[in-house]
Amino acid sequence: MTIARHEPFADIAREREADRLGMIVFLASEAMLFGAIVMALLALRTFEPTAFAATSERLILLAGAANTAILLTSSLLVAVGVGARKLDRNRLAMALFAGAALLGIAFLIVKGSEYRAEYLEGLMPGVGPRQDFASPGARMFMDAYFIATGLHAVHVIVGVVLLAGCAWRLRGDAPPSVVGTGNVGLYWHLVDIVWVFLFPILYLSR
Amino acid sequence: MSEAGLTNAPSEGTAPRQTRAEAQSYLSDGNSLRSWLLTTDHKRIAILYLISITAFFAVAATAAALMRLELLTPNGDVLTAEGYNRAFTLHGVIMVWFFLIPSIPNVFGNFLIPLMIGARDLAFPRLNLASWYIFMAGGLFTLSALIFGGVDTGWTFYTPLSSHYANGNVVLALAAVFIAGWSSILTGINFIVTIHKLRAPGMTWGRLPLFVWTHYATALILVLATPVLAVTLLLVMAERVFGLGIFDPALGGDPLLFEHLFWFYSHPAVYIMVLPAMGVVSELVTAAAHKKLFGYWFVAYSSLAIATIGFLVWGHHMFVSGESMYASTIFSFLSLIVAVPSAIKVYNWTATLYKGSIALNAAFLFAMGFIGLFVMGGLTGLMLALLAIDVHVHDTYFVVAHFHYIMVGGAVTAFLGAVHFWWPKMFGRMYNEVWGRISAAFIFIGFNLTFFPQFLLGYMGMPRRYHVYPPEFQTLNVLSSAGASLLGIGYVLPLIYLFYSLRNGETAGDNPWHVTGLEWTVPSPPPTHNFEEAPVVVNGPYEYPLSHDSSIA
Repeated sequence: MTIARHEPFADIAREREADRLGMIVFLASEAMLFGAIVMALLALRTFEPTAFAATSERLILLAGAANTAILLTSSLLVAVGVGARKLDRNRLAMALFAGAALLGIAFLIVKGSEYRAEYLEGLMPGVGPRQDFASPGARMFMDAYFIATGLHAVHVIVGVVLLAGCAWRLRGDAPPSVVGTGNVGLYWHLVDIVWVFLFPILYLSR
Repeated sequence: MSEAGLTNAPSEGTAPRQTRAEAQSYLSDGNSLRSWLLTTDHKRIAILYLISITAFFAVAATAAALMRLELLTPNGDVLTAEGYNRAFTLHGVIMVWFFLIPSIPNVFGNFLIPLMIGARDLAFPRLNLASWYIFMAGGLFTLSALIFGGVDTGWTFYTPLSSHYANGNVVLALAAVFIAGWSSILTGINFIVTIHKLRAPGMTWGRLPLFVWTHYATALILVLATPVLAVTLLLVMAERVFGLGIFDPALGGDPLLFEHLFWFYSHPAVYIMVLPAMGVVSELVTAAAHKKLFGYWFVAYSSLAIATIGFLVWGHHMFVSGESMYASTIFSFLSLIVAVPSAIKVYNWTATLYKGSIALNAAFLFAMGFIGLFVMGGLTGLMLALLAIDVHVHDTYFVVAHFHYIMVGGAVTAFLGAVHFWWPKMFGRMYNEVWGRISAAFIFIGFNLTFFPQFLLGYMGMPRRYHVYPPEFQTLNVLSSAGASLLGIGYVLPLIYLFYSLRNGETAGDNPWHVTGLEWTVPSPPPTHNFEEAPVVVNGPYEYPLSHDSSIA
């Protein structure tokens, strides 16, 4: 036996509106989470411009660019998938969400291989076969890089789980609501847009 | 007496000491532990919070008592320097994150917002319960940090002390605050969505009680400031555990950056503590005067103004930390500006009392205590916002006295005012009014005796956070410790007579204070679903005089 949920809403439409607003407020909170890191990066860039630019050059630009393309594509799939769910074309929406989840996994694989390369090159602060930092500023840049991309990767993992769960439920007779699918989509767009900020700050400030 | 919301159900006779309203209330809807621990009823969750924060208050107050005992003499008698550091850290961490921040929002906001706006519950009831569990998980981390030997960084966790030099369970304590932060964020989301989407028909923004307005402003801060604290603490943990050097100059980091990020949250956090208190006082003042609140929109918008400007003043904590002079000047200016909306509120409360027929009950005495102590705290805050004075009294007891006037004199007094005002609604019983007034007097006198001497001590140059001091400061320190014991009596008394009232108090009736507000139209204690039918609101929040005993005429 489960204890009945205390139900606040009289009608379902209002509840869906509340779900959407709740998601938007949560995303505002998430934006502030990354906002603090972006502020820290800006401070570093202001105080240590040369070390910042020099270390940025040691990141693998190709991998970063590929990941940007991967995430933007997955966001497109999600956007189309949310539209498909609205039109009740649930099979299509399922395929699109599953595709986006796979792209999310691809992102994580590319990111992981980057981390591995940086580990071997001695760019991972405190661990690895050797440490290869030209200056304290360089090490600081890599600290911030791992914190920022690591926290982002955690969000990617959560997003992949949400997308996959959504796709799984879309296959059957009890699909998630239009607003629910849209909320998962919104979360994925946030993951995407955070990367859109992190990519130029970290990779392109050379 | 309005009987709305009652249907014919088994009543008296089955349980002798229980009224009909009590038998049908949220308190009787399941008596098992399980029915409490798995409840999604906002009123029950509020009671869970009330019990847990009272326990945390007791732990942190014990630490404060140890400190005041130590400071009775100039020498270290009771605690070592290390032990004293751990006592004030414990006191600060628990009081700030496990009592003050959740106190009014999570107990009274939870209980009252749905009732005040005519809703059956908060928008996300399960999220609400989850946030209590997250809060308790954070609490357990804190307590384990305490049991394993404590933390000695101070509640501010300044680097590099917290990241390199401090002994003790800094990571556990950081994790505790990090976890509790997520509970705050979820509560904030819940409040914002509830206030937007669950207002009863006719409950326009202009008809919201001011308690709801201030909680809206508080929720905005909770949602937008807490994540910054979360990420900052994460960075400190990374620095302590993995040696990432964001804040460590030896590794290219910047300790001032920590202070910026920390105070970006922690200054708005002061408004998380005091805005809900202002909401409580707005209700208490109108209820006692039986008058419409003077300048409703000014008070409503001043809450939003405080929430907004409060985000832009954090730099006044770093006037002596090497912040640029120009930045300091601007932060000083903004810190003076943020006092304006607070002053507006104080003037409006006072104007509301003018020519009112004031009921001098316990709840109102607490509200008056709040206004007086908050004004003291606010004015000394203006002194601290001025660059020249701040350099002189920085890190002295002057600062300690100032923020205790705001947090204890302000927020805790308002919390007790709220307890006394809404106790009959929450439990359906009246407490002993005389004892209520006595405890209000004890707290007001005890508080001033504890903290006013600290203004003098600080101005004379006694630094904070030392367990020994020069002998010439002893008289004032003894006064302060004596005041603390009066304050302690004032805090213990309500525990006794409020508990006693649960079984032996007179039954309260729907509207014992004869005041407006939807929460007073339902039985005391309210039934599980609050309103049998969705209420329709036809007038503003403080329409006095009442033309009918029930608060909606």
